[in-house]
Parts: sequence; structure tokens; C-alpha cells
Amino acid sequence: MHEMSICESIVQSIESHARSDDFTKVLRLRLEIGCFGGIEIEALRFGFDVVTRGTCAEGAELDILSLPGKAWCFGCDTGFDTESRVSDCPVCGSGRIRVTGGDELRIKDMEVI
Amino acid sequence: MEDGHKAHDHGHHHGHHHDHDHHDHHDHDHHHGASGDLDYGSGPAHAHAPGLSQARMIEIETNILAKNDGYAQENRQRLEAASILALNLVSSPGSGKTTLLVETIRKLDGTIPVAVIEGDQQTANDADRIRATGVRALQINTGKGCHLDAHMVGHAIEHLQPTAQSVLFIENVGNLVCPAAFDLGEAAKVAILSVTEGEDKPLKYPDMFAAAKLMILNKTDLLPHLDFDIEACEANARRVNPDIAIIRLSARTGEGMDAWMEWIRAQQVVGLERLISDAEARLADLRAARSNV
Repeated sequence: MHEMSICESIVQSIESHARSDDFTKVLRLRLEIGCFGGIEIEALRFGFDVVTRGTCAEGAELDILSLPGKAWCFGCDTGFDTESRVSDCPVCGSGRIRVTGGDELRIKDMEVI
Repeated sequence: MEDGHKAHDHGHHHGHHHDHDHHDHHDHDHHHGASGDLDYGSGPAHAHAPGLSQARMIEIETNILAKNDGYAQENRQRLEAASILALNLVSSPGSGKTTLLVETIRKLDGTIPVAVIEGDQQTANDADRIRATGVRALQINTGKGCHLDAHMVGHAIEHLQPTAQSVLFIENVGNLVCPAAFDLGEAAKVAILSVTEGEDKPLKYPDMFAAAKLMILNKTDLLPHLDFDIEACEANARRVNPDIAIIRLSARTGEGMDAWMEWIRAQQVVGLERLISDAEARLADLRAARSNV
């Protein structure tokens, strides 16, 4: 349940932006979460509601953009999208793959007043 | 160093203020218990600054864990400056991490200086077990936290003051999920899996095994009593991480301890070689600059 700490990091980042960008309320927040980011989206939503209470992000709409996992096949030298670290290459069927992307945990943008 | 914190033994709370150069740093309250151990059981209060303007979009495009990663980088630089090899030990609860550490310390027998940071939600039991070997150890209690973060470890390094050229073992909270996401500034993560667990654990918790440089298959002395398929387990680990090194080990019988010692020394050599080549590059730059004056 490290989603709670992730939410605290998000709130800290928002609050520092509230000071530097001079706003009092976040209406909407967009996050980019990779499929290998280790985040359970429902746990993140729950944590966000709890952690933002009493902050400028309380009640903000949370938009989560899920990013696909990326992998590379050693068998046929091809890149492909995958949802699993242990998938087989969709082109040649080899299991010798390396995950090359999909661990993003990013705050993309937010709508504020 | 531990004696230096006796003043805090009566257990009051106080905030540590850091001059880290992070744009959004915060005061972090924690409690100092006996032996300077850190307790993060109580969370920080949040406050926010006022301001008023029109609704607008703000592009952020920042890593959510940027702050942790910043602290991790500070830890890494600090450790590298003193040629300290930091290993982040991760596993499920009960895999035998602390016993492995105790046996490792015994086996090293002072040939390499060792310090230990112990992470648990509650109790200083593990740090006490390490201190009983004569090695310096500091317990971090994470309270409700399910993982160590780089900020906690930075504090612990400050308090522990590991000696130059030592090995710093960081025993993370027993959890195969959350610690995978938090860089502590370590040179490598070491995943410990005991053979009393399932051989499919690398497939069930792939993020952790993908992040680890070494997997130790612990408690191999129990294999005759179990249906554990060790070959399948190793194949599963290599499936999620083709580069992972694997050592079969029993902290109880000593099987695999030599390979583990050898792996630790190899990591020290890798770290030192990198520092040497960095220093040589720097030296070449300085010589070039001088000859141009």
C-alpha cells in the first residue's frame, strides 16, 4: 500500500506549485501511470481522496492516463507493447524479452484556480 | 555516534530541518528512541499557501517520486564519496534476511567494516540482533509505512556515520511490492527468497525481481523436506530479469556463503573501478586545463 506515500508525494508537489504558481485550488489533476509503475489504480484513487483532505487538492478530479508497458525481444530484435513482464514476443513467440518501458509515475498537468 | 543521541532518549518529538536543495522540501517529524533509532509512525501535517487567480492549466511533467529520487541521489553521492557499498536487501517477511546478515557479519569477521540500517514497522529487535554481533546498526521504524524511503535512509546514514570503504546493508521492510519503487541510493538491490516460499514468487512479484541485481535462494538446507523446484524458481527469476545473478544459500549450514562473500567483493571492485575511472577522467581534465593556462 505504498500508494498512500505516492499520494503524499503528489500533494507535496502540488503544494509547492501552489506557492510558486500562486493558486488556491486544484480542479483537475492528470497523472501518467505506466503499467509497470507498481501502482494499483483503485488504491491510488482511495489514497488521493484521503491524503488531499484539507489541502488545496481536496475534491479535485483525478484523471489517470495509463501508459503501456514496452518490451524488446532478443529473439527477433523487435519492440512491442506488453502488459506483463513475462509475456512472449507476439512476432516470434520467444520468451527472451526485456522490459524497456512502462514504469512512469508522472504528474502531467493540472487545472487550477 | 549512538551515544551522541542519548539526549533524545526521553522520547520527545522534534522536526529535522534540512538544507537540501529541493524546491519543495518539508519538515519531517520523527521520534528518536533508544540508540538513535528513527520512528516515522506519526505523519506530517499538511498546510497550504493562499493565492487567488483565474482557472488555468499548469503543465507539470514531473516524476511523482522526483523528491525521493533527489534524496536517493544525495545518498548515492555521499556513499560513493566514501567508497561505501550500499546494498538494499528486499524480501517477504520471514525469508531470513536478519539471520543472513548476522551470519554474513560473522563470516566477514572484520575483514570489511560493516554497518546496518534495519527497516521494520515496529520494534528494534532486528537492530538489537545486529548490534549483538558488535556491528553498528540503526533501526528505522516506519510506523504504518510499508517501505523505506531515501529521506529516512539519508537520516540513518547521518546518524550511523558508516566508515569509508565499508559495506552498508539496508534491510528493507519485509514486503515484495512497495520497496521496488523507492530508490534509496543503493548500489544494488538484493532479493532474498527462501525455499519455503513458492517457486513462482518471481512471477507473482515481477517488479521486485526485475529491479534486483542478485537473488539469494535462502534456507536451501530445508530443500530435502520440501517440494520446492529450485530450477523452476531460477528459470522464473531469469524470465523476469535475464541479467539477475543467483546464489543458493543456507545461512544455517553455510552453503553458498563463500559465493555471497565473493559477490559482495565483486560489487566493491565494480564500484571502486568506476570511481577510479571517474577520478582519472577528472585528473585528465585538470591536467589539460593546467597545460592550457
